[in-house]
Formats: sequence, structure tokens, C-alpha cells
Amino acid sequence: MSHLATTEAPATPAPPAAPSKATGQAKPPSDEGRVFNVFSHGFLFLWGALVTIPLLWAVIQSFKTDTEIINDPLGLPEQWLWGAFGRAWTKGHIGEFFINTIVVLIGGVTLTMLLGSMAAYVLARYPFRGNRAVYWMFIAGLTMPIYLGILPLYLTVEKVAKALGLVEVIGLNTHLGLILVYVAYSLPFTIFFLHAFFRTLPSSIAEAASVDGAGHVRLFFQVMMPMAKPGLIGIGIFNVIGQWNQFILPTVIMKDEDKRLLTQGLLELATNARYETDFARLFAGMTIAMLPILAVYLVFHRQVQAGLTGATLK
Amino acid sequence: MSFGRARFITGFLFAPILLYAVYVLYPYAQTAYYSVTDFSGFSPDFAYVGFGNYVELFEDEVFLKALGHNVVVLTVFPVVTILLALFFAFMLNVGGRGDKAGVRGVRGSSVYKFIFFFPQVLSIAIVAVIWRRVFQSNDGGLINSLLMAMGLVEKDKPLMFLAEGESVFPPITIGNFTFEAPVVLVCLILIAIWGGVGFYLVLFSAAMQSIPKDIFEAATLDGATRVQTFFRVTLPLLREHVSVAWVYLGIAALDFYALVVGMTPGPGGGGPNDASQVMSSYMMSNAFRPSRFDSFAFACAMGVSIAILTLLLAAVQLRVTRSRDKLEF
Repeated sequence: MSHLATTEAPATPAPPAAPSKATGQAKPPSDEGRVFNVFSHGFLFLWGALVTIPLLWAVIQSFKTDTEIINDPLGLPEQWLWGAFGRAWTKGHIGEFFINTIVVLIGGVTLTMLLGSMAAYVLARYPFRGNRAVYWMFIAGLTMPIYLGILPLYLTVEKVAKALGLVEVIGLNTHLGLILVYVAYSLPFTIFFLHAFFRTLPSSIAEAASVDGAGHVRLFFQVMMPMAKPGLIGIGIFNVIGQWNQFILPTVIMKDEDKRLLTQGLLELATNARYETDFARLFAGMTIAMLPILAVYLVFHRQVQAGLTGATLK
Repeated sequence: MSFGRARFITGFLFAPILLYAVYVLYPYAQTAYYSVTDFSGFSPDFAYVGFGNYVELFEDEVFLKALGHNVVVLTVFPVVTILLALFFAFMLNVGGRGDKAGVRGVRGSSVYKFIFFFPQVLSIAIVAVIWRRVFQSNDGGLINSLLMAMGLVEKDKPLMFLAEGESVFPPITIGNFTFEAPVVLVCLILIAIWGGVGFYLVLFSAAMQSIPKDIFEAATLDGATRVQTFFRVTLPLLREHVSVAWVYLGIAALDFYALVVGMTPGPGGGGPNDASQVMSSYMMSNAFRPSRFDSFAFACAMGVSIAILTLLLAAVQLRVTRSRDKLEF
């Protein structure tokens, strides 16, 4: 925002109607401004420190020896050791968890976006009997806490897979099984958001394409999807963060040791830290888990902030 | 054409509706159904027992304790988070150059927003690894070692933080309910505030930026100071946003599951001695670590109760805070 302020500064001349008042007040506001500046930077800096210090401190622990972590928690490592990262990746199973998470995330977000935008598009632009009922059925899911369904969900996943004879494919402890559950729980929000987005797209282009003989499916994939790109990116990032950090669903569905996801596996390491001797490994695992989300945030922080907060107000 | 259209609509809606119905709606319905039975979670033989589970639920000591903890979180967490977020949004927007308070930001406001918001995108596992160590109850913890280095805490008497179940104020008993704020719960609330302030700061700050400049210019012309402008102009215009924030924070306060599981002692979290138990954590640990033969059904009754309480709270909050006259600009 600050760069905006500097470009706008010359473009806003003092209102001509009140020259006397403006000169009469010229001094107090500028003093007031300076005091506020010091004051606000002070408080803002303090909170910034409260946010960053625990984060940085924890990251630094991954470069220390265990003796340093226990005996000198505040100091910097005498030697910056990278070994803990390798140990976390292999012995701490962070590598396995990481790959499981990536597989589920790619499948989950792709399928959520595809099915979500299909449903949102039809609901937003094709009036038919029952349209509103289907829309509200999805929206109702937004208001329900996940605890309402979490216990029988486990049984449902098991039963559905058994009934279809696909226990190895979409049953408990399978990537695809978890992906389908992720998609189902991400749909209400995705549809809600994209529904609003598809409504704002102009219908003239759609009409022109349809006159040119494009079918409904082609119209959707070749005309509407490209036009909806900003909305798709916004909600896509939202789903990436949400599904990357998801924790309750995998705890219920992925019970097998080698099928665990990152959040789940790392939390397990943290809770069992009492019986653990390799503290640096735990912090290194945490650092590894933080890097992808930090990268996404560095690149897309504007979209993330606007998307998450904007979505709240819809 | 019309046949093709119908086929198109059905084709596009089929998979989303199927997935949603099977994995979301069906489990919801099952929870409601099992909550009036004595289903154990395993045995296929179970019977309808009416609303007995619900009656027992509100006689269950631990559940009432957990509910009380949720109420404590609900009274503290949203208010503090909103006040801090408003305060920092105020600091971001009133400081800085120029006399049109509220429209500019202080220098580097996007850097502050970048940092403040970051905890919001961290998973519970990362938060747990960091804060378990920060609050660790010996000289290896960040806060304890800092205080010991400053000589404020003796080495053999570290602060207990997450292992402390004592209430910070004397417990208040009203009928069946006991309201208390164990130290461990206060620590969890602090972490939640740490994570949440940035999000609401960005929300409020964006709202402040969207207020038209001429409103501030008019206020400045009338001789209003920055502080006056904030309280008389900016804040009333943010009413809608504060209301939404309150609803969201209220819902989060009735949850708190991830923090309890991630941070607190005991199997499935909630310790020491249920001092940090909240409704959702009690529900989850009850279902998976059976303490009674119909524990699954009992946990389902908790799930339904949590849902009803959450919906009631959101409805009440919206009713209380939604302004009758909405200002459009």
C-alpha cells in the first residue's frame, strides 16, 4: 500500500474551499503525525517481533546439536549443522509424509477445482427446476462444523469402498480415498465462491460463442474457464493452503504408519518428543514442513491475504 | 438442444453432488441417527434409546467442564483478537504521512501485514512444534530460559505453562457449571491470538482502505484529529466487518480442537486432569478411547450438540451485531 501512497500524494491537492483552515492547522497535524508515526511503528514492531522470534528461534534449533538445544536454548549454534535435515527426511519419515501430502494435494486440489467449477458454473448460469435447492444444499455444508460428520465418516469410507469392491483404491489408508473426502469437504466453499464469480462474467461472450455453434461443454472449458481465471487462482490457492494444513480428516482416514501426511506425522513426532532424543531432527522436520507454505506465501501473499479475508465477507 | 442442455446439467452436477452426499451429508445424518442409539462403533446390534445420551451428556462432569472451557475461550479470545487487530489496523492507517487520516498507511505497512498474517498459513503441527518448546516447563523453554537469564525466575522453579491446571482466577460455580481459566487454557488462547490477529488486521485494514477519501477529507476540514476521526468515522463504518469477525472467531472459539490435541498433555490432549479439555477434544478422545460400551453414540450426541451450539451462537451474534441501516458507498 505504501507505494500507492507515494504516487497518489501529488494527485490530491488541498481542497481549495478551506485555505484559511488548512494553514491554521498546518502545524498541529504534522506534529501529531510524527508522534503517531513513532508510536505506531513502536507497537507494530513489537508485534512483528512477537510473531517472528518464536518462528526464527525454532528454525535455528534445527542447526544445533542436542546438547546445545538442551543446555543453551537461547544461543546460536557453534557450528551450523545441516545433518538434522537429512535425519528428519529419512529416519523421521518426513520424506514419506511429504510425498504422501504432495500426492493427496495435487489430486485433491485439481479435482476440487474441476468439480467445484463445473457445479458452480451450472448453478450460476443455467436456471432449472431445483437449481436453488442444490445450491443451498451445498451452502448448508459451510455452516456445519466438521465434528458433526467426522465419526461416521470413517465408517462411511470403509463401507463405500467395500460395497464397490475398491477397498485398495478408495478405502481407508488410500490416497484416492482421502482425496475424495478432501474434495467433498472443499466443495461447499469452492462452489460458493466460484458461483459468485461465474455470475459476474458477461453473458455476451457466452452467447456469441453459442451462436458460433460451441456446445455447452466446449463453451465451459474454452470460453468460461479462461475468463474465470482470476477467481480460479484465488480459490485454488485457498484450497492448496487448506488441504496442505488439513489435519482432522487425515487423522481419521490415514491410520497406517506409512500413509501419514505431513501435518499428522509431524504432530506425532512433536507429541512423542518426550521419548525422543533427537530434538534437532524434530525442528528440522518442522522447517521442512514450513518451506513450501512459505514459498507459496512469498509469491502469492497478496492473493492469499485478499482471498482469505475477502472470502470471509462473502 | 433442450435435451442436450438437460444432459449437460446432469452430467456436470452428478459427480459433485454424489461426492458431497456420500462423504458429507450422509455422515452428518448418521451422526444425528447414532446419537439416539447405543451404538458402540463396532457391534452391528444396537438399539434406539431416545434422548438419553443427551441427558447424560449434560450430567457428564468432564463434558460440562469442557463446555465451561469453551465459554471462557469464547468470552476472551474473540474480544482480545478483535481489539488487537483494530488497534494495529489503526496504527497502520493513522500513522504515516499526509493529513488524510485513514487513507494512507505507515511506511512499510505491507511488510507488517506480510509478517503479521504469516502464522495464519502455518499448520497446527508447525505451531505445536514451536509453541511446545516456547512454553516448555523447564530451563530449555524459550520463555523460561529468557526469564531465568533475566533473573526473574529461579532455575529450580520454572513456570509450568502447559502442565499447569490451576485456574488463574478462583473458579466461579453457577449451578452445574464451573467457570475457570486454567493456565494451560490461557496459554492456548494466547497462541490462538498470536495466530489470528494478522488475519483480522488485514481484514479491517482492507475495509478502512475502501472507505471513500472524501469522508476523511470532510472530517479533517471540520478539524477532527486522527484519533477523533478513527473513533467517530472509521470505526462506525467498520461495524459490518467487526460483526463478521466476531462470528468467525466465535465459531473458532467453540472449536479449538487442533490446539488442544497439538499442545496439551494426555492421550488425545486435554490434560493435565482435563484442565484444557474442550467439547471437540472430549468428543474425539471419547469416540476413539471407549470409556463406556456405547461411547460412539455418546460421542455422536456431543457432535450434534457442538453443531447446534455453533449454529445458535452464529445466529445470535449476527442478530445482535447486524446494523439495521446499512451504509452503501
